[in-house]
Amino acid sequence: MSIDIDTARRVAHLARIAVKEQDLPALAGELSGILAFMEQLNEVDVTGIEPMTSVTPMRLKRRADVVTDGGMPEKVLSNAPDAREGFFAVPKVME
Amino acid sequence: MTALNQLTIAGARDALRKGETTSLALTDACLAAIEGAGALNAFVHHTPEIARDQARAADARLAAGDAPAMCGIPLGIKDLFCTKGVPSQAASNILKGFRPEYESTVTSQLFGAGAVMLGKLNMDEFAMGSSNESSCYGNAVNPWRRGNDTAALTPGGSSGGSAAAVAADLCLAATGTDTGGSIRQPAAFTGIVGIKPTYGRVSRWGIVAFASSLDQAGPMTKTVRDAAIMLGAMAGPDAKDSTCSDLPVPDFEAALTGDIRGKKIGIPREYRMDGMPAEIEKLWSDGSAMLKDAGAEIVDISLPHTKYALPAYYVVAPAEASSNLARYDGVRYGHRAKLGQGDGITEMYEKTRAEGFGKEVQRRVMVGTYVLSAGFYDAYYNRARKVRALIKRDFELAFEAGIDAILTPATPSAAFGLGEMADADPVAMYLNDVFTVTVNLAGLPGIAVPTGLDGRGLPLGLQLIGRPWEEGDLLNHAYVLERAAGFVSKPAKWW
Repeated sequence: MSIDIDTARRVAHLARIAVKEQDLPALAGELSGILAFMEQLNEVDVTGIEPMTSVTPMRLKRRADVVTDGGMPEKVLSNAPDAREGFFAVPKVME
Repeated sequence: MTALNQLTIAGARDALRKGETTSLALTDACLAAIEGAGALNAFVHHTPEIARDQARAADARLAAGDAPAMCGIPLGIKDLFCTKGVPSQAASNILKGFRPEYESTVTSQLFGAGAVMLGKLNMDEFAMGSSNESSCYGNAVNPWRRGNDTAALTPGGSSGGSAAAVAADLCLAATGTDTGGSIRQPAAFTGIVGIKPTYGRVSRWGIVAFASSLDQAGPMTKTVRDAAIMLGAMAGPDAKDSTCSDLPVPDFEAALTGDIRGKKIGIPREYRMDGMPAEIEKLWSDGSAMLKDAGAEIVDISLPHTKYALPAYYVVAPAEASSNLARYDGVRYGHRAKLGQGDGITEMYEKTRAEGFGKEVQRRVMVGTYVLSAGFYDAYYNRARKVRALIKRDFELAFEAGIDAILTPATPSAAFGLGEMADADPVAMYLNDVFTVTVNLAGLPGIAVPTGLDGRGLPLGLQLIGRPWEEGDLLNHAYVLERAAGFVSKPAKWW
């Protein structure tokens, strides 16, 4: 599967990474190379094999549905690039 | 006379308990060694005040007779571990300035046992790399050189700073993490010991996530005994990590009996790669002879899906990474790009992530995004997960047939030169993981042990792979190999 420039542009957007238009051909080439390497997986007969969901045969642990933590807005916000009045601040989302 | 910073954990523990030295003296010796080792670029955040405070507290505990094995031992901590109030940025610009309000479970357990943190260690950005060259701090440098050649070599990756620091005696041991070989490959490149425990043995809570179904933390140490001691302090149940096992942690050091008589060692034929250097081939057969001399039975085994491990890994790991790294959006922590007139939230995300992530991280996030996208999910991601199940089954069949441990080379070569892979395509760099990545896919414990030098004087290591949850038995095999190989070489100091 070879990645063309339009696909590279779409993948970059889905990944929310800005890629300059002039860098798209090189990116498409690199992604194609990596995907070509993955094509080897098509040689394997996987009929009847369940995709692995957990590497150790275990059920995910459960705990009581209770509040165990919280009440520390200053700590939660302490690393935010922009925080105001107890909230994370972002550019306007709705017009 | 061994300088204090050159001690092993076991040696320092015994000296501390006998009152022959103090944690403060050990810590000062390490801090002085770090001071003089700027050229290695191993420590990227220095915490001497914290270290001396912890050392004084450890000395008080020792004096009071309340001293676990790790009490007073100066360590380096990989930058991937969140350490409260101390920069923890996974060697990425996107986490620049991030100071966690909390402590990772691993560091919290180590500090609870009295260990001392000297500072944070260099690594590949988000642990994605095999040479430490994707770090936002610039690469760490291997203390080893090729004979008289002054060319700078990679310490390996992603735990390259940890490996360089331990090999150069800047600390007694260090924490590492391993997603595809990131503890074992750098350990092999620097002549030290590194163990990746069974998936779920060590809590991942507070460790910056790369690929959650593969990531495990482990110790990087000067000896197998030290690995046993430190792993015991890092491991154990944790309510904050739902994949962390509730199994009790055995006394790993007590498992080091040196007796492996009657054990069956598997030699997987698929690990004999085309074009394998003769030196690696010899190292491997020498290692197998050592285990045989110690009374083990050597058995040829087949792990037929080995060749598909790397491509499966390079689907699964980027897929999980693309999901994990979605949290770096410029809102809650770290870097946010300067926005232009009229930029909305999408531009904020896109510019922030373009500025904050390095090239290799961007590449993997995009590969992961692609293999998870509509229309390709089955063809790539689900197929890779099926192949992963087959790779795990290969190991299960070998263990069911009575194999106790599997011996393989740790890496396909000795440490290579920094910059040497700069023009190679990304896949060439991925081949570094060829012997280690199967172990992560199968969730097994694996350990790298230094067993020889190549023709140019660089260390080479072998890998032992164990049964799940049998780290004690695995460490015992490694202990036998370590003693038989008698690897004592240290890099000549040039830094």
